[in-house]
Amino acid sequence: MDLASAKMIGAGLACIALVGAGIGIGNVFSALINSVARNPASQAQVQPFAFLGFALAEATGLFGLAIAFLILFVF
Amino acid sequence: MAIELHPLHQFEIQRLVPLHIGGLDVSYTNSALLMTIAVGLITALTVLSTRKAALVPGRWQSLAEMSYEFVADMIDTNAGHGARAFFPFVFTLFMFILFSNLLGLIPYSFTVTSHIIVTFALAAVVFIGVTIVGFVRHGAHFLRLFVPEGVPAVLLLLLVPIELLSYFIRPFTLSIRLFANMLAGHTMLAIFGGFAASVGVFAIFPLGINILLVGLELLVAALQAYVFAILTCLYLRDALHLH
Repeated sequence: MDLASAKMIGAGLACIALVGAGIGIGNVFSALINSVARNPASQAQVQPFAFLGFALAEATGLFGLAIAFLILFVF
Repeated sequence: MAIELHPLHQFEIQRLVPLHIGGLDVSYTNSALLMTIAVGLITALTVLSTRKAALVPGRWQSLAEMSYEFVADMIDTNAGHGARAFFPFVFTLFMFILFSNLLGLIPYSFTVTSHIIVTFALAAVVFIGVTIVGFVRHGAHFLRLFVPEGVPAVLLLLLVPIELLSYFIRPFTLSIRLFANMLAGHTMLAIFGGFAASVGVFAIFPLGINILLVGLELLVAALQAYVFAILTCLYLRDALHLH
C-alpha cells in the first residue's frame, strides 16, 4: 500500500471517534429533556451542566477529527 | 477536484514586523496582533463603559456588568467560598479566550486559540497556579488530594496512581480541548468553503451548511471559553477545599 492511500484510510479510521461524541451528546441532551420534563422548575439549574457535558463530549470526538485533519493536510 | 484545498492555510503565522533579539525570533506576528486587539477590546469594554457609571446602566455598561456578574456567579457556585480572591484571574482568562475565539470567526482573521502553544501556555498557568495555591493554603496536607478517604489500603495502591495521573493530565486535556475545537471547527468551515468554490451552481448546498456551521461555531466559541473558565473554577475548588 502506498503512503497516499494509507493516509486516506487512516483519516477515515480516525473519524470513527465521532461515533462516541454523537452517542455522548445524544445522551447529554436526552438526560436534559428527561429531567426538565419531570421537573420543569429545575431547568435553570441543570441547563449549564448540560452544556458543560455537551462541550466535554464534543471535545473527545473532535480530538479524533483533529487527528484526521492532521493526517490529511499536515503530514 | 478543480480547486486545490488548503484548509490549514488559515492557521499560518506570518511575521508582520520582523524583530530579532540575539538568537530569539520575537517578531510581531498576526497572532500577536489578534491578541493585542482582543486585550484592547476587553480593556475598552470594561474601562470605557464603566467610566460614566450610571445607576440605570446603558447598553455598554450593561454588557460589562453582565460579563462581570456571569463570571462572579460562576466562581461562587463552582469554586466554593473564599474563591472570590481569584475573580480577576478567572475573569481575565474567560474574557481573553472568549474574545480570541469570537475574533477568529471574522473571515480572514486569525484564531489565536487554534494554536496548541497558546492554549497550553494558558492551561499551564492554571495548573501551576492552582498547585501553588494548594500548597500555600494547605502545606504538605495538600497531598491528601491524591488519597481518597475511606478506602481500604490495598485499593489505595491502585487509586493513588490514578489520582496522580488524572491530576497531571489536566493541563493537557484543558489545552487540547480548546485547541482541537477551534482547529476542527475552522478547518471544517474552510473545507465546506472549498466545496462551495468547486461545484458551481450546486454551491448553494455547502454554503447553506457553512451558514449553519458558523452558528454552531459561535456557540462553540462561547461554550469553550465557558468550559475553560468553569474547569479552572473546579480545579481551584480542589486546591482550596480538598474535595
